[in-house]
Amino acid sequence: MTVDSADSTAAAQKAQPPRKRAAAKKSAKKSPGKTAAASGTEQLVQLLTPEGERVKSAEYDKYVTDITDDALRDLYRDMVMARRFDAEAVTLQRQGELGLWPSLLGQEAAQVGSGRATRDDDYVFPTYREHGVAWCRGVDPTNLLGMFRGVNNGGWDPNTNNFHLYTIVIGSQTLHATGYAMGVAKDGADSAVIAYFGDGASSQGDVAESFTFSAVYNAPVVFFCQNNQWAISEPTEKQTRVPLYQRAQGYGFPGVRVDGNDVLAVLAVTRWALQRARDGEGPTLVEAFTYRMGAHTTSDDPTKYRADEERASWEAKDPILRLRTYLETHTDTDAAFFTDLDAESETLGKRVREAVRAMPDPDRMAMFENAYADGHALVDEERAQFAAYQASFADGEV
Amino acid sequence: MAVQKLPIAKAINESLRTALDNDPKVLVMGEDVGKLGGVFRVTDGLQKDFGEDRVIDTPLAESGIVGTAIGLALRGYRPVVEIQFDGFVFPAYDQIVTQLAKMHARALGKVKVPVVVRIPYGGGIGAVEHHSESPEALFAHVAGLKVVTPSNSSDAYWMLQQAIQSDDPVIFFEPKRRYWDKGEVDTDAVPGDLHKAVVAKEGTDLTLVAYGPMVKVCLEAAAAAQEEGKSLEVLDLRSISPMDFDAVQKSVEKTRRLVVVHEAPVFLGSGAELAARITERCFYHLEAPVLRVGGYHAPYPPARLEDEYLPGLDRVLDAVDRSLAY
Repeated sequence: MTVDSADSTAAAQKAQPPRKRAAAKKSAKKSPGKTAAASGTEQLVQLLTPEGERVKSAEYDKYVTDITDDALRDLYRDMVMARRFDAEAVTLQRQGELGLWPSLLGQEAAQVGSGRATRDDDYVFPTYREHGVAWCRGVDPTNLLGMFRGVNNGGWDPNTNNFHLYTIVIGSQTLHATGYAMGVAKDGADSAVIAYFGDGASSQGDVAESFTFSAVYNAPVVFFCQNNQWAISEPTEKQTRVPLYQRAQGYGFPGVRVDGNDVLAVLAVTRWALQRARDGEGPTLVEAFTYRMGAHTTSDDPTKYRADEERASWEAKDPILRLRTYLETHTDTDAAFFTDLDAESETLGKRVREAVRAMPDPDRMAMFENAYADGHALVDEERAQFAAYQASFADGEV
Repeated sequence: MAVQKLPIAKAINESLRTALDNDPKVLVMGEDVGKLGGVFRVTDGLQKDFGEDRVIDTPLAESGIVGTAIGLALRGYRPVVEIQFDGFVFPAYDQIVTQLAKMHARALGKVKVPVVVRIPYGGGIGAVEHHSESPEALFAHVAGLKVVTPSNSSDAYWMLQQAIQSDDPVIFFEPKRRYWDKGEVDTDAVPGDLHKAVVAKEGTDLTLVAYGPMVKVCLEAAAAAQEEGKSLEVLDLRSISPMDFDAVQKSVEKTRRLVVVHEAPVFLGSGAELAARITERCFYHLEAPVLRVGGYHAPYPPARLEDEYLPGLDRVLDAVDRSLAY
């Protein structure tokens, strides 16, 4: 089913006396996107309420009929593990072991729901925050930390888990996903491709061009936009005056807004979208309406631009909490499941911590490696010069 | 017939045809490359023979063209994309510099992105603005890219074959004002190294280094100088990145004088790099400072002025005289 999720802005406007409402209208005129773009008043797909109640959906229930209580517990475990890994990374950054970390806190359901909707042969093009998707794809979490520790600029083989490198330039990967999907279609394969991006990236030309190309070539790609409300300090209303999912309409493919904190709904909607791609029906835009609970990265200070009350209102919609409530209330999940999981997640944290601390600095010659696939005379020359320079210290201190 | 006399545009067409024939993973993509055969007709007839699936008319979005080509390359294809004119490559510059150039290194060598970006470049055709520029230095400055440019039909055919076979991204600059110059192409020949310079004319008194459209000008300058009893050596650089410093060094050690000629602005251009490197390598051989002839640090001028802006025979000979006067 679809529900109205009133946000604080809309609620505040309703509560205002008439005169003030008129004034608010006037100012809204200056910034026409505010209400439509940022609000949660638009209909969104939801299967599990923030209170942990299952709601029926004629349209999307059929995509999760196989999700047993065990499967729900698996999804819960994925989210807990993703959050624990993320928390460890934040801590490691605070301890100076990582240079930077972009936290996924609050976006676990959007990432696990969509990640678990993919098949092994599908291909994922992430941003730099898709730690939960990486987890679902089977990427060793410690691999994600190399670039943030500064020992590499990517550091994993994308073809091992069909999980492309993190992309830092905002929106660039949506075109790679589209091209890859065009290739899938040329090969006659029934795989699908999923491109992750955020509300900020929705303003990038590359995202617009990826919508155009995928529509024109009917590419089997799902555009998965995690609208976490904030692009560093800029709210979604600085990016758009229509709800983001509606952008798809102008390009000629469907767009859907899903409760991004509802792992079951995200799973259902993403499965639907991926199936459309497999069936040759072309691209789909999924807007997962969620919230970045933490800072943009460990270098950011959200107290400069947003109110604590806003975060508090989203804490009530926490993706992990609502599934836990459901599991405790409507399934036979016992307390041992949760305590065991806590222990397992602590083990993960410990493993990640130890792996990062043991991660060696790269050999200094590594900066010349793989600059080119077929080699390059200048790189060879400069590598030799650098090696000779280093060798000149051989007798003294290095 | 293995040896044919072809204009450069047709040699590139034949090269693309050969690549499409030899490797089902090769794709040709760009604006108007299909039915029209490109605005210069370089891809004429390819879509008719290889189909819309392999010779692809794209939306008018250069970043999209290069970005999707990267994705196709990751899937195992070898896209050869056409940018319609030099001045239109900049919407794709971000994808080329931040993505295409770095992806192989970022993946620790685990993925390859063999994309060729063909760009007709240079002036001399009386065009409106953005249709006559020479931005090769902007690409050569970026590690991860290779940058080459043929000056004749044979190189146009073979260098494109080699660029397509390369596992690295290659920016392939085509001298558009020479598209209709004819030359022999031996499609059975064994091509030389893609990144080696060649001596286009031997000489003993001074070395002229040029590439792309300026090779012809330098050969004409050498012929004119010959009449005055001066023997100029002309080197066709062919590859901007990597640059064949060894070949230039060898020539300069013989002639002791170097003049570099390109259409691109002199400031921070290929000639600046060559001047620095050759000064370092040939300091005790040089009889004169390395001189450069090229465009000015001003926006490319309107067509009625481009003959003043572009290096021509007289400006090259003037630099030759100044060098010889030392």
